[in-house]
Amino acid sequence: MNWKIWSLKKSPWVFHVNAGACNNCDIEIVDLLTPKFDVERFGVKLVGSPRHADALLVTGVGTRQAAKRVQEAYRQTPKPCVVFAIGACACGTGIFNSGYHVVGPIDKIIKEIDPNAIIAYVPGCPPKPEAMISGIVKALSAL
Amino acid sequence: MSEVFESLFWILIFPGFLFTAVFGLAASWIVRKVSALVQWRVGPPLYQPFVDVMKLLGKEILIPENAQLSIFVGAPIVGLAGVLLLSTMLWRITIEPTRPFVGDIIVAIYLMVLPSLALILGSSASASPHAAVGTSREMKLVMSYELPLVLAFVVVIIKTAALTGQGQQLSLAAISRHTPVLSISGMLAFLVTLLCVQAKLGFVPFDIAESETEVAGGVMMEYSGALLALWKIIQAMMLVALPLFLVMVFLGGFGTVGWSLVGGIGKYVLVLVLLILIKNTNPRVRIDQAMKFFWVYCGITLVVAVIFAAAGNYYGISWL
Repeated sequence: MNWKIWSLKKSPWVFHVNAGACNNCDIEIVDLLTPKFDVERFGVKLVGSPRHADALLVTGVGTRQAAKRVQEAYRQTPKPCVVFAIGACACGTGIFNSGYHVVGPIDKIIKEIDPNAIIAYVPGCPPKPEAMISGIVKALSAL
Repeated sequence: MSEVFESLFWILIFPGFLFTAVFGLAASWIVRKVSALVQWRVGPPLYQPFVDVMKLLGKEILIPENAQLSIFVGAPIVGLAGVLLLSTMLWRITIEPTRPFVGDIIVAIYLMVLPSLALILGSSASASPHAAVGTSREMKLVMSYELPLVLAFVVVIIKTAALTGQGQQLSLAAISRHTPVLSISGMLAFLVTLLCVQAKLGFVPFDIAESETEVAGGVMMEYSGALLALWKIIQAMMLVALPLFLVMVFLGGFGTVGWSLVGGIGKYVLVLVLLILIKNTNPRVRIDQAMKFFWVYCGITLVVAVIFAAAGNYYGISWL
């Protein structure tokens, strides 16, 4: 296996982007770092800048205001990187579908600037931390 | 010619780059693992810091559009050169204490500032507003801890100058044969220097310049890929060099054979664990609190320590 991909799988640093979420998914993401789940066991670390990140955890429906920022955050992330659409809103706009402020879902926004982006979906309202870990594992083993 | 190869071996392989980097990355694993245990977590596996660096080396390097390219790229190399020289020098003095050179204490103090200066240069060249905030904080932090650090060395020099024989040169090798920490003034100086080292390493009460939740990584913000990997290696090597320096100056040095080697490793681990515990039991302070802490509280403590040391020296009381 390619050493770049192998080391990426062993140490995915994540950056959290809120694209108009209700904060529920964000709380569940923070749960991942607590002693109960402790994803640092797998080398997952929450970083403060998209330039340090290997994965973007995008929550929220993708509002008109947020869409440009999500695209910019994706551009600023060094490749190879993975985008995670966390929660029902990010995966398919959920109950906000056809709202006046919605331009999402997230995969549409990201694919506007990079059609080949690797996008993983973790549905749920909010998804359980177990579901997120499972999603991370599946996405990384697909690399 | 063989001397050139020997020096290159010293700098690049054995006590220099390779050894210190591997040792430092292992030490940074200890920091993360002990922090995790303190928080009742499992923590990362042993190979984690190595994999992190490997991954960063394999990633794309993004350069900000408005950045000053040469300084932005050159700064981590300057920082690496500084910490490499510092660690090689300290290990060399440990292994061959019979070959000191004039003024090595001054050189050590000077080399210890170099990585911070490089960080200031690199982040201010990145043209990012967050990095600018981080830069200004790092500059203020350097200005605040340098004064107590130098005062602490004054204490050590006063304490050991009396014990060094006539005509003998006062060098780091001579200092590392004594344990100034076994006196009141030496203990005060040791505690203050420990906190200065905490600030130099950018550990939690003083991670103001890098605070990830506040200024998004601050000074490191715009670095990515291999350049970020260089900064990670520099931090790991600092994690070896600075506690080693503390051990040499205050705790009686690092032996190379038998029990003195075991004792030296024990002292290193003691300093490391103290640093980790301070890191895990404190919240981040503001920059004005850090400056006040270093200049007022640490400054006054050290003035008292200098007076104690001078008095002890004058009246021949070794415990003062």
